[in-house]
Amino acid sequence: MESRSANGLMGKVLNLSFNGWLMIVVLVIFAFAPVLTEVFNQPFYLDVATRLVILAIAAVSLNLILGFGGMISFGHAAFLGLGAYSVGIPFYYDIYNGWLHFALAIVVSAVFAVITGAICLRTRGVYFIMITMAFGQMVYFAGVSAEEYGADDGLSIYVRSNFNGVLNFDDDTSLYYICFVSLLVALYIVHRIVNSRFGMAVRGAKGNEERMRAVGFNVYIYRLTCYAIAGAMCGFAGALLANFTDFISPEMIDWTRSGELMFMVILGGSGTLFGPFLGAAAFVGLDVFLSQYWVHWRLIFGILLVLTVLFAKGGITGVVANLESMLRRTRGRGSSAAKADGEGPDG
Amino acid sequence: MAEPVLQVSGLIKSFGGVLATDNVHLTVLPFETHAVIGPNGAGKTTLIAQLSGALRPDAGEIHFKGRDITHFPPYRRSLAGLARSFQITSVVQEMTVLQNVALAVQAHRGHSFRFWHPAAADRELIEPAMERLEQVSLAERAHDLTNALSHGERRQLEIAMALATDAELLLLDEPMAGMGIEESSRMVSTLQALKGEKTMLLVEHDMDVVFTLADRISVLVYGKVIATGSPEEVRSDDAVRRAYLGDEVA
Ligand SMILES: Nc1ncnc2c1ncn2[C@@H]1O[C@H](COP(=O)(O)OP(=O)(O)O)[C@@H](O)[C@H]1O
Ligand SMILES: [Mg+2]
Repeated sequence: MESRSANGLMGKVLNLSFNGWLMIVVLVIFAFAPVLTEVFNQPFYLDVATRLVILAIAAVSLNLILGFGGMISFGHAAFLGLGAYSVGIPFYYDIYNGWLHFALAIVVSAVFAVITGAICLRTRGVYFIMITMAFGQMVYFAGVSAEEYGADDGLSIYVRSNFNGVLNFDDDTSLYYICFVSLLVALYIVHRIVNSRFGMAVRGAKGNEERMRAVGFNVYIYRLTCYAIAGAMCGFAGALLANFTDFISPEMIDWTRSGELMFMVILGGSGTLFGPFLGAAAFVGLDVFLSQYWVHWRLIFGILLVLTVLFAKGGITGVVANLESMLRRTRGRGSSAAKADGEGPDG
Repeated sequence: MAEPVLQVSGLIKSFGGVLATDNVHLTVLPFETHAVIGPNGAGKTTLIAQLSGALRPDAGEIHFKGRDITHFPPYRRSLAGLARSFQITSVVQEMTVLQNVALAVQAHRGHSFRFWHPAAADRELIEPAMERLEQVSLAERAHDLTNALSHGERRQLEIAMALATDAELLLLDEPMAGMGIEESSRMVSTLQALKGEKTMLLVEHDMDVVFTLADRISVLVYGKVIATGSPEEVRSDDAVRRAYLGDEVA
């Protein structure tokens, strides 16, 4: 084998791919986001960062099934909604216990994922996309028709999840760090999962389903489990989102929301560990920037998605990896390793 | 006579009007290399697909080591000890050669609900996988992606994956198809090394290969088995000469 494995942490750092560096820089910036917004006196941007980080968790969870599992779900926002309503509905009945809210968000989402996934995963291709979307819309219409909880207008949440002083959801900086650490944990969980035996089974089924069956895998059961894990993770993000926005409404579940999550995954680089975070950052960044000029900019985000798929396969992560291997080649240091590093799940 | 490894009885499969498998009876004995020959469109691939579970027969039964597996899905047949290679090569894309074989090993090492420990560092998977790659002389390609392999190497990989499942019966659908002379002689020697160690059902076009490897041969024409026997018996069978060998060999 090549001698690209220099020893020790120092060697590892020096050997980092561009994507590795990008990840470190982005993580450092986000780790200091509250400080930066404070220094520059821009509290609005802490709000932006919080929303971004929450959406990134949702995108990371979608990436687990879409990017690594090849399950193109167009109904992922349903889990955001289920998580959010798991905070909103107990609040409505004066139940503020945060442990309960989040446990509910995770369990309800996982159960919904198992039930709907059991049906969706019997279909393939376009049918899978359509049926996941249909189940998503079902949750949306359930929200719309839930008169008790505000129906279309939604429900304001005046008391955030209460963790008996262990976690403080009321302070902006504290809430931000809760979300940011949650994102780090989500990334780490996904990193472990996709490289585990389970992850290999799921990724193998994306690469060649028939082959995986012929070789002895019960593809269906591993996919369903993966779907449930992703659903639970997104439900968790939904519970954070409800706390952050102090508001729940069916609009969080609409299929366009699912499309946005998909956009983040694909724009950032689906099937890479860090891509969805980059995609979420790009999406929210664009949202904040373009909304100043044109409130309906989202109308064109479909076009952006098509452009990404056509011209930047692999999204941001792919572009950075290609750039790196191009630079290395012109410098005469032939390196396919750079590409493999960048596009691998460890990128 | 020893208990057959595979016993196919009364198997029928039709596609619309085409009877691709027409009341097939077939017995494969332990450790024999049993070749299935027949002209294009005779139903050989269709037969393999039913044996591996990819296709559901309209009627008939398949017994594997005395067990009725007719209604087993493919993955359960694999777990029972049946492995197939595909006529059109089929490996997992975007993965390395080693990962492909390691997956085949993994499928047969209990359930895969293991979410935390990295599979790449799992010696229980990697070591047997490397052994299998050595067996088909593909070890030096272990860390290459599958799409970097030549056609012949990909076929070797398929054999390694079949072996990695510790299958007792290998279903090989034209393992030499589309290969050059050098590649196919490499495959022949790989199979020759397996002969007597594994039971093999070999679909093959090349008569030289068939007569070199096979202990017994079944001849399939229009979905029907018209003869079964030793290479000599089949070679001298009138029906076979008329229906198949006659026009091909002459
Ligand atoms: N999926 C299918 N749908 C319709 N007809 C098929 C299908 N698969 C095979 N056939 C037909 O069944 C017959 C046997 O095909 P096949 O098993 O591929 O033959 P062989 O492998 O011996 O060349 C052919 O007439 C073929 O056209
Ligand atoms: Mg065929």
